[in-house]
Amino acid sequence: MAVIEVNNLTKVFGKNSKQALRLLDKGLSKEAILKETGNSVGVNRASFSVEAGEIFVIMGLSGSGKSTLIRLINRLIEPTEGSILIEGEDLSKMDKKALRKARREKMSMVFQQFALFPHRTILENAEYGLEIQGIPKEERQKKAIEALELVGLGGYLNQKPGQLSGGMQQRVGLARALANDPKILLMDEAFSALDPLIRKDMQDELLDLQSTMQKTILFISHDLDEALRLGDRIALMKDGVIVQIGTPEEILVNPANDYVEKFVEDVDRSKILTAQHIMKRPETIYIEKHGPRVALERMRETGISSIFVIDNKRNLQGYITADDASDAIKNEISDLKKIIKTDIPKVEKDTALHEIFAIIHDSQVPVAVVEKDKLQGIIVRGAVIAALSGDGEVNLENAR
Amino acid sequence: MLDNLLDFMPKIPISEATQSFTRWLTDTFAFLFDPIKEYFGDFMEFVSEDLLMNIPPVIFILIVAILAFFITGKKFGLAAFSVVGLWLIYNQGHWEDLMNTVTLVILASLLSIIIGVPIGILMSKSKIANTIITPILDFMQTMPAFVYLIPAVAFFGIGMVPGVFASLIFATPPTVRFTNLGIRQVSKDLIEASDAFGSTGAQKLFKVELPMARPTIMAGINQTVMLALSMVVIASMIGAPGLGKEVLSSLQRAQVGPGFVAGIGIVILAIIIDRFTQNLNKKKD
Repeated sequence: MAVIEVNNLTKVFGKNSKQALRLLDKGLSKEAILKETGNSVGVNRASFSVEAGEIFVIMGLSGSGKSTLIRLINRLIEPTEGSILIEGEDLSKMDKKALRKARREKMSMVFQQFALFPHRTILENAEYGLEIQGIPKEERQKKAIEALELVGLGGYLNQKPGQLSGGMQQRVGLARALANDPKILLMDEAFSALDPLIRKDMQDELLDLQSTMQKTILFISHDLDEALRLGDRIALMKDGVIVQIGTPEEILVNPANDYVEKFVEDVDRSKILTAQHIMKRPETIYIEKHGPRVALERMRETGISSIFVIDNKRNLQGYITADDASDAIKNEISDLKKIIKTDIPKVEKDTALHEIFAIIHDSQVPVAVVEKDKLQGIIVRGAVIAALSGDGEVNLENAR
Repeated sequence: MLDNLLDFMPKIPISEATQSFTRWLTDTFAFLFDPIKEYFGDFMEFVSEDLLMNIPPVIFILIVAILAFFITGKKFGLAAFSVVGLWLIYNQGHWEDLMNTVTLVILASLLSIIIGVPIGILMSKSKIANTIITPILDFMQTMPAFVYLIPAVAFFGIGMVPGVFASLIFATPPTVRFTNLGIRQVSKDLIEASDAFGSTGAQKLFKVELPMARPTIMAGINQTVMLALSMVVIASMIGAPGLGKEVLSSLQRAQVGPGFVAGIGIVILAIIIDRFTQNLNKKKD
């Protein structure tokens, strides 16, 4: 069962929300509705579900409704229509008391501008969620300190937030959210206010923490690189509508429409695509049963100048060039082991494109993609360039 | 012909209506006003005569100086000024007047805060309350302060109690306004954070809004105290004792000297109280 399940969630800002909803049903655009009713559509019938332990990134430009959407999930903004199921319970139908209970126990939020309480110490900030639940001081301090130690701030308990740097403040924000031990973390552009290096650190740290905590994380971002780094799945929003939901690869490789395509256009593909996306099936010969003649014949058939040699367990042994093969035939050498070259450039399946670029530049032969020494595929120079240009044939099947 | 245009109806009896309304109030709420007059009057007399005046002036000045020293972060400026200033008032023979004025100002200010802060909170939470109360506050502040003396006398007779009542009306608005403003100014982020963790309204108010609004509220309280002090001369017209009474009687007899001396006393008190409330605000930040 999905931890968060959102159906048809809609927010219309303004007085005549009913009228605006009718117009939405008729399929009018956001601008048309604003003109007609004076209401602004924040989120337009968003539906998605987030599984336990998943990082689900909602991405869009400013004004796309992503911040409204995350606030609808914990009802900081009241939805106009639609349902929000948290572990099967409909949050949109809860009364104040039940809503408070859900906010206290099920989900915590991390804010873009940190939103720490400046009059409270770091420890008191981290305690806040537990304090309002009426948990005794000793117990809540213990939990808060644990959370602060988790984010590496165990030594700053009695400082005020104003004394810490931005990155450290957001760690406090994260610790405050974690102290409650909620199932769900709502992170609203949590790292956007940090400078790029710190941001990357925090992303790494979040992924690190996530590998042990297994929270369900809803992460808002306007930064595609961040979304691709963090997201198990990504939802792209535009004008309050979710345009596409998919894994990072799916979004990158098969943009649902022009908008998504435009969005992903500027992505540094060399950091996103990996060896497995551009490798192709290798031509191989077996070291035990084949000789130079077969090697040369294979190369002639497929129009290549070198061929990879494997053993019967698909372990990569080396390669043979066409020149060496024909020399061997002339000199009547039949054992491949005598002419095999072993200085093969090798990369793993998940090596990023920009690293392959440097390797392939110095290499006379295609780069071998291996997994535990077993040959998986090869990468030729042309494929790298094609993938970088964005029109290359990128093979998603390999990624599965 | 044109003049007659304005005379389309006879004079509206506003003043008569106010008169009879006040009289009605006085009669109807006598059960309320009379005990206030009696007990509160006794209480004020007790504070000024039995409490403050029984403290030897030396001790009083010393206490003020020590408080001033610590409240300003261990600096000597305010402490030294308090010693010299208060001694000067004593030297001029106005110690009893000073004690009476202090009683009036402090009690009026305390009541203003007790009444003003909750009203300010109410206004910050309710749009309707805000719309209704704002013009009333404007009215309270712009109406000449002398006018409040008349119903004050009708309700409470003469003396300290009507003085406090008139000061209350005149001095409460800044506390109300600044409390309202302070709470509205708390950043939306913090409110959202407080809500997102499941705070109740009261938890949000006491753990986030009021602490964040504290500097603004304190600025309002400082204004309230200053306004209460500015009422001492006016309140003396209805028999409130204190430094104001000296100023008033000097005015009536056209004596510049005694008037100036009593006036200086008020200024010294004003400076001390102002610096005290301002530093109270800074202390914790």
